[in-house]
Amino acid sequence: MMPALTVRNIVVAVLLVALALLPLYAQLAHDRFLLTLFTRIVILAMAAVSLNLILGFGGMMSFGHAAYLGIGGYAVGMLAHEHVYSGFVQWPVALGASALFALVIGALSLRTRGVYFIMITLAFAQMAYYVVSGIARYGGDDGLTIYKRSQFVAPLDLSNKTQFYYVCLVLLFGAIYLVWRLINSRFGLALQGIRSNELRMRAIGFPTYRYRLTAFVIAGTLCGLAGALLANHTDFVSPAMMYWTRSGDLIIMVVLGGMGSAIGPVIGAVALLVLEETLSGITEYWQIILGPLLLLVVLFARGGIDGLLMKVGRRQDDEVRS
Amino acid sequence: MTLFIEQCLNGLQFGLLLFMLAAGLTLVFGIMDLVNLAHGSLYMVGAYFAATFAAWTGSFVLGAILALGATLMVGMAVEVIAMRRLYGRDHLDHVLGTFGLILFFDEAVRLIWGPEGLSLPLPSWLNRSIQILPGFQYSAYKFSIIVVTLVVAGFLYALVMRTRIGMLIRAGASNREMVGALGVNIKLLYTLVFGLGAALAGLAGLMQAPILTVQIGMGENILILAFVVTVIGGIGSVRGALVAALLVGFIDTLGRAYLPNILNAILSPEAASTAAPALSSMLIYLLMAVVLIVKPEGLFAAGQK
Amino acid sequence: MHKTLIAAGAALLLAASPVISPAMAQKKSIKIGFVSTFSGPVAVIGNNMRDSFELALDHMGRKMGGLPVEVIYEDDGFKPEIGKQKTEKLIESDHVDFIAGYIWSNVLLASLKPIVDSKTFLVIANAGPSQVAGELCSPTVFSTSWQNDQTPQAMGLYMNSKGVKSVYLIGPNYAAGKDMLKGVASTFKGKVVGQDLTTWPSQLDFSAELAKAKAANPDAVFVFYPGKAGVQFLAQYAQAGLKGKIPLYTAFTIDELSLPLQKDLALGVPGAQEWVNDLPNDANKKYVADFIKKYPGHKPSFYGAQSYDAANLIASAVNAVKGDLSDKAKVQKALEKADFKSVRGNFKFGNNHMPIQNFYLQDVVKDAKGDFVLKTVATIVKDNQDSFHDKCPMK
Repeated sequence: MMPALTVRNIVVAVLLVALALLPLYAQLAHDRFLLTLFTRIVILAMAAVSLNLILGFGGMMSFGHAAYLGIGGYAVGMLAHEHVYSGFVQWPVALGASALFALVIGALSLRTRGVYFIMITLAFAQMAYYVVSGIARYGGDDGLTIYKRSQFVAPLDLSNKTQFYYVCLVLLFGAIYLVWRLINSRFGLALQGIRSNELRMRAIGFPTYRYRLTAFVIAGTLCGLAGALLANHTDFVSPAMMYWTRSGDLIIMVVLGGMGSAIGPVIGAVALLVLEETLSGITEYWQIILGPLLLLVVLFARGGIDGLLMKVGRRQDDEVRS
Repeated sequence: MTLFIEQCLNGLQFGLLLFMLAAGLTLVFGIMDLVNLAHGSLYMVGAYFAATFAAWTGSFVLGAILALGATLMVGMAVEVIAMRRLYGRDHLDHVLGTFGLILFFDEAVRLIWGPEGLSLPLPSWLNRSIQILPGFQYSAYKFSIIVVTLVVAGFLYALVMRTRIGMLIRAGASNREMVGALGVNIKLLYTLVFGLGAALAGLAGLMQAPILTVQIGMGENILILAFVVTVIGGIGSVRGALVAALLVGFIDTLGRAYLPNILNAILSPEAASTAAPALSSMLIYLLMAVVLIVKPEGLFAAGQK
Repeated sequence: MHKTLIAAGAALLLAASPVISPAMAQKKSIKIGFVSTFSGPVAVIGNNMRDSFELALDHMGRKMGGLPVEVIYEDDGFKPEIGKQKTEKLIESDHVDFIAGYIWSNVLLASLKPIVDSKTFLVIANAGPSQVAGELCSPTVFSTSWQNDQTPQAMGLYMNSKGVKSVYLIGPNYAAGKDMLKGVASTFKGKVVGQDLTTWPSQLDFSAELAKAKAANPDAVFVFYPGKAGVQFLAQYAQAGLKGKIPLYTAFTIDELSLPLQKDLALGVPGAQEWVNDLPNDANKKYVADFIKKYPGHKPSFYGAQSYDAANLIASAVNAVKGDLSDKAKVQKALEKADFKSVRGNFKFGNNHMPIQNFYLQDVVKDAKGDFVLKTVATIVKDNQDSFHDKCPMK
């Protein structure tokens, strides 16, 4: 089916095409930093997409999602430090470690509700933060420089910036597709059902705990992959990757872009990080604008940017019709 | 032995300080059902006010008193302008909205006071050690923090348990709708409670200021600890906050003090001193996770919901 | 409506990059990136470095090799990951010829890889992690400061000469703190009765560590706390009742920037340093006098002195190649000569591009006006070379 030509879909299409063509532009502009910046945006967008699966569709307000970024990142960093460079080892370890962590903390955290869930996910993430900052061998608080990026078979070379950007972009598109397929499957519909009324879902026979846990683990694993990418991107990992404010940033991306839309978090990540980069160049005090803006989004624009775009489209349709 | 007593006093001091933060947080949390991440910003604002007023007046004590009043005002203003609109929303909105307020406060402080931070020097009568037991010297300033926080805790107890406002606060924590239904001016009560919490946070901030220096973002580290205390103690319970704050204070200080020596037995000094503070911080979160798994509503859950 | 939206989106994308620049036809200026901390409680250090760097540029007419100099200052926010991002921006977006600065060893270590990979010339103006002097040394990396271990090593020697038999070591737990404590222990002949590394930079309450030091009852306490942490440490040393009871020896804890806050708490507390404001050479006299003239109310510090030297080192090399930076080997040769008048007098590079230099004992005294000032008391070691230079593969 051809998607309808609404304002929102046009913007999304423009955004995706722009992301795909970015390396070309960076080349022409002789500005490799633009590529570096957008690689970061694409990776964090992927983390936000993964968070959206549990936050937007599952209603699980995890305040510790950055932990997986750190776990995925440190899996790559620690292995590289021990001279294991193969991506075929590093990445599965990153994914496995994140999945395992998500399974354990999910199993425990999902017994709690509401604000206690927020706090317990935060607690576990902070524990992970302190674990890595406590290991002197891997740099402690100072972090760890990665001297060689993950190695795959030729011709794939992650230290080539353009290649690496496309790897990240393809994985981001893959993640969006995965989440989109998931939420439209029986599993995803059940998950959204649980979000709006868990009791009823349980009454009609859904093992709600298991559904929520599965979503929690998938989201964690996906974010762990983003972490492995981030470590390769920055050639450096530090505990700061999983500090609680980073989890807060991810939540902001999701909410700013629009919860409960597969593409929303990407819009949010691009908007937030591009705003950050441009506004911080114009005025040092840009956060004084961002802060209240966030409050306003919470109060008046629940659907985030994506929601606004859809509204704009609908209003136009109405105008045409009337 | 004196070393152990001294470390315990340090733990007590830190715990009581955390209690000042957590008390406000737990009241706001329990009564208005509001998750307020910006509580740490009020702690920061209190410290900045104190450093400014102390420099103006030339007196540490006078500066502190003025700063308390000013933080109370800021707290009430924040409640009227922003927080009020968040009541009744879900917790995600609270987290986001108040996260936005943190950004706002950090930048506002940068705009007003500059990026470099301030320092709040102690008067010479506090900048020394005193003999509190025969042959036992202790920092005069830390000792005065313990005294002040104990007095404030006593005042808080009297306020909550012995006054009409306290009665409403307790009633509000266990059944919000009922208090409103009884014709109490709930809006005013909320503003007062929020202002009180802000003043307590400001007090904690200005007391820490001479030790930790006054800087942007100073509230963010301690905020999470204050939340941990609130949750361990049970949301809405001032008594629970006190117990949990002391627990966390002791674990943190004693962990820092003794874990390096214990870990030295198995690790190199460098590895041990890297692992020790991390481990003691981790113990705090572990404690919280265990409490939540065993008692999902905290140690002293306030009222039935 | 939707056109404006798309236009806005496109504008955002465009705004993220500078205007498309024509291919670099001819070098019109020398571009230098300067990374330091300009926000937060240690901004005072970064500002002092920037002021000194600017003063050096003024002294050379803001030209090197006949070309105007353009400096881009970036704030690392006191955090390794931010420092690294800013470094990458300087290299990839601003295409700088030189990078200078770096206060903090952990920030430098995080930022090093993109600098070395891109073969950009780096002149470190403060941080001196042992790795950079040893196995991570690089042909394009130079330092106008010291290797972290050197200063505390000098202090260890001084403590020996004072007959100190036992010492308790306290410092922050990051790259430099670990180097410093190892440094002092390597030359100190007495017994190290205990040591504490504290969380950096968040921990500023040292009561637990001071209580342990007091209980251990050593002859002396050695401490390394740069910036505001040094102010806090001295205050808490007095609050714990240790001042006047156990003598304190320091490295990088008392300087012209912290002294106005430490005041009499720093009186009589010795420190080791490679530069002191009263060093008797012409370059230094000019630097100190003009700094005070240009920035009334401020004083030059060793951080500034090293930055002033960094600017002059870069200028000496650019002048030697007459502004033509295309041949990197030539520029490197010119830098290695260190053909400039250092404010610390003698200055030459070892095989690892770290300075070989003297270390002095400095003390805090009250001057005629009643201000607290630092002055040189003695020379502890002459022409000292760091102990990691033989681990560096460059010969």
